[in-house]
Amino acid sequence: MSAPLSADLAQIGKSVVIKGELSGSEDLYVDGQVEGSISLKGNSLTVGPNGSVKASVEAKGLVVQGKLEGNVQASDRVDLRKSAVVTGDISTQRISIEEGAYLKGKIDIQGKSEKAAGK
Amino acid sequence: MASVTQNFMKLFRGSSGSTEAAPAQAAQKLTRRSSGLGELSRAWDSETPLCVLDLGSTSPTNIRFFTERSHKIYSEDLLVASTEPHLVTKDEQGNTILDSRRFLADNLVYPAAHFDVVLCWNLPDYLDESLVRPVMGRLWSVLKPGGMLLAFFHTKDAGPDSPCYRFHVVGKDILEMQRIVLKREARRGPTGAVHTAISDGFRLQRVFNNRHIETLFRDFASIKFFLARDNVREVLVVR
Repeated sequence: MSAPLSADLAQIGKSVVIKGELSGSEDLYVDGQVEGSISLKGNSLTVGPNGSVKASVEAKGLVVQGKLEGNVQASDRVDLRKSAVVTGDISTQRISIEEGAYLKGKIDIQGKSEKAAGK
Repeated sequence: MASVTQNFMKLFRGSSGSTEAAPAQAAQKLTRRSSGLGELSRAWDSETPLCVLDLGSTSPTNIRFFTERSHKIYSEDLLVASTEPHLVTKDEQGNTILDSRRFLADNLVYPAAHFDVVLCWNLPDYLDESLVRPVMGRLWSVLKPGGMLLAFFHTKDAGPDSPCYRFHVVGKDILEMQRIVLKREARRGPTGAVHTAISDGFRLQRVFNNRHIETLFRDFASIKFFLARDNVREVLVVR
């Protein structure tokens, strides 16, 4: 499965391994391995079916098709697809979880007012 | 209502023993009234945000149900976690068991007195014998004093091939039950390891009688049984 091509989409292929802090101002598609932290405050992260992310994630949106281990702070929404294996706490405004997805962790749905108050 | 009654009688009856469920059967959801759930619902109807721990298969329905009511929900599938190959060890007699210390080092790792409600579902009936008491001990410690735990136990009339279900909360005292799919296709667990045990499905490990259940929850402050017509007892315990 290939990522949708977009001018503002950075891709990490399945043979790529990255350890450290990742930050940016464009959407990111990870089909390889990332360990550390990912910060895309105004943009979205997609973990592809071959992706394995062991990192805290801060993003506007998150789509998981592969494996993610770490806490997630998503200002807009989180989509866990049926092949997702997620271990970590998720804090977001909206979440959708397909049948078959695996989640071990807390889900905290925050309203806009809560986020604005910094709760 | 008729379908509820019809479905009610189908629950927890033995399966044909097949190792592969037909897709239609697997996708079918049965509806069931739950007196224990009805009693618990008084807690989550309150405006105080609760901490709820769901120990069944990840259920989008349950997550939606509780988050819509401003409660925090934690999801942890202990049956899947118990199939991690690295847990297998031998006891002093050379019998194959699961390492409960290792299991509890990786699972149910929460602060003491953290949860208001634990949804245990039918976990004790399907969990490996070596894990049942350690897990119940840990659940006692992570429940708040006054916190409640809901568990379901088969009666001996249910039969050894009683299918394992996942439970979805759809109403105040209404559950949808979805048979856990038995398939040959292996599945990745929380560590990414492939679980061969999953491919054979979960088997009923034992049948607790009332005395066993009381012993299992002896550290809790109170225990309440709800008898149903479908070869299952619902148990609501309070720490």
